[in-house]
Amino acid sequence: MADQTPEAEDLKTTPLDSFHRGLGGRMVPFAGYAMPVQYTEGIIAEHNHTRDKASLFDVSHMGQIRLHGANAASALERLVPGNIEGLAPGRMRYTMLTTTDGGVIDDMMVTGEEDGLFVVVNASRFDADLPHLREHLGAGVEIEVLADRALLALQGPKAAETLGDLAPAAQAMPFMTAQRMDVGGIDALVNRCGYTGEDGFEISVAAGDAEAFAQQLLDDERAAPAGLGARDTLRLEAGLCLYGQDIDETTTPIEAGLNWTIAKRRREEGGFPGAAVIQDQLANGASRRLVGIKPDGRAPARAGTAISNSGGEPAGTITSGAFGPTVGGPVAMGYVDIASTEPGTALNLDVRGKAVPATVTALPFAPHRYFKG
Amino acid sequence: MMTTKYSEDHEWVTMDGDVGTVGITDHAQSQLGDIVFVELPEVGSSVEAGGDAGVVESVKAASDLFTPVSGEITEVNAALEAEPSLANSDPTGDGWFFKVKLSDTSELDGLMDEAGYKEFIAD
Repeated sequence: MADQTPEAEDLKTTPLDSFHRGLGGRMVPFAGYAMPVQYTEGIIAEHNHTRDKASLFDVSHMGQIRLHGANAASALERLVPGNIEGLAPGRMRYTMLTTTDGGVIDDMMVTGEEDGLFVVVNASRFDADLPHLREHLGAGVEIEVLADRALLALQGPKAAETLGDLAPAAQAMPFMTAQRMDVGGIDALVNRCGYTGEDGFEISVAAGDAEAFAQQLLDDERAAPAGLGARDTLRLEAGLCLYGQDIDETTTPIEAGLNWTIAKRRREEGGFPGAAVIQDQLANGASRRLVGIKPDGRAPARAGTAISNSGGEPAGTITSGAFGPTVGGPVAMGYVDIASTEPGTALNLDVRGKAVPATVTALPFAPHRYFKG
Repeated sequence: MMTTKYSEDHEWVTMDGDVGTVGITDHAQSQLGDIVFVELPEVGSSVEAGGDAGVVESVKAASDLFTPVSGEITEVNAALEAEPSLANSDPTGDGWFFKVKLSDTSELDGLMDEAGYKEFIAD
């Protein structure tokens, strides 16, 4: 066996670093941070606990930004294809910063606030996003980096009851809404959203409150900690894109199957970077698309695996691949030529020189169970 | 009395005559996490000490499986192929990987004994 223990030098830490270590978290480098990939139960158990009950994830590595100013929404709209001007306070949108070629600089969650926007971006893209926002948002928008905030995700079918015992108002919140509230004595911005396909919340609290906040959730027997390993298998089964794997500056939102994030008005009006490319792909289709792929057998097909069609011609590449505990076998996503995107299409995957048969599969692999109110 | 030796690649080999049973150590399985797939060598194939002898896949990643000794593969663990988690739950028992007829038993002298391996992983 090759020893896989990475050296964790010069890594940033989240406000929950010692909390993770106390819980037996195995810390690994991720996007410049020391993060728990798993705790003592292991990835499969943590994954299953999330699907059955409720899991607490530390996602404090993600960048939290507040955009202040009356015209913050119109300014951000010039950088993303999502409908931000129509975003009422307390409502959330998933959108992405685009390049002039229609590629994705980063994907993000945007929450409407009374005097601006609350934005959560990927840790791995924070250093690209910030200069981009500073350069393009314009003088009327103040960018406040919320460096002293923690972000925790509580995900799973018991998440609402668990959080609801501490903050009853949270239980009634519909998916993709946000509310500031007191949670067991701690001031929290509660967002009903997530990255697992399950019902749940992402909750922003002051860094100094993070440990007490996490502890009071874990004091509930329905909740258990889960690491980045389970977060990855959960999001892959839910068919959710991971920046840097499934989407990046070389992929458009249309190729990634994110058409639903682009509102009618934005499709018609354009007015965001790469609009010409994206509007053309919306009208005429893209030449490739991100699809779900189910490999036969037990061997996972990892990112980078070459895909060929039934005629033996190159057809694309796997961008995410793992063992899916809920599916009970390997699951993957990848870009394939438009001719191979229909669910049921037979493919072959080149796994270590062997052709592994696989089938294009409708996403998600595990059904979304969001709370629509 | 059967002797067990350990490699720096975290495999163990237990000798019975000139046939060694090979698996991964408890330390290795713990580092890998949940094992979901193993690819074992062909029975009858020749393997070389330190060389590839298969693949171990955890939920997150694929790792090469090395062999600590050279020789011919005489048997592979079909139960492990059917239930890869045996390598987690019983790495030095039911979770063994393959048996190899050693071509050069003096290779064992270059491996660590249990005390040496414990010291090695403590570093």
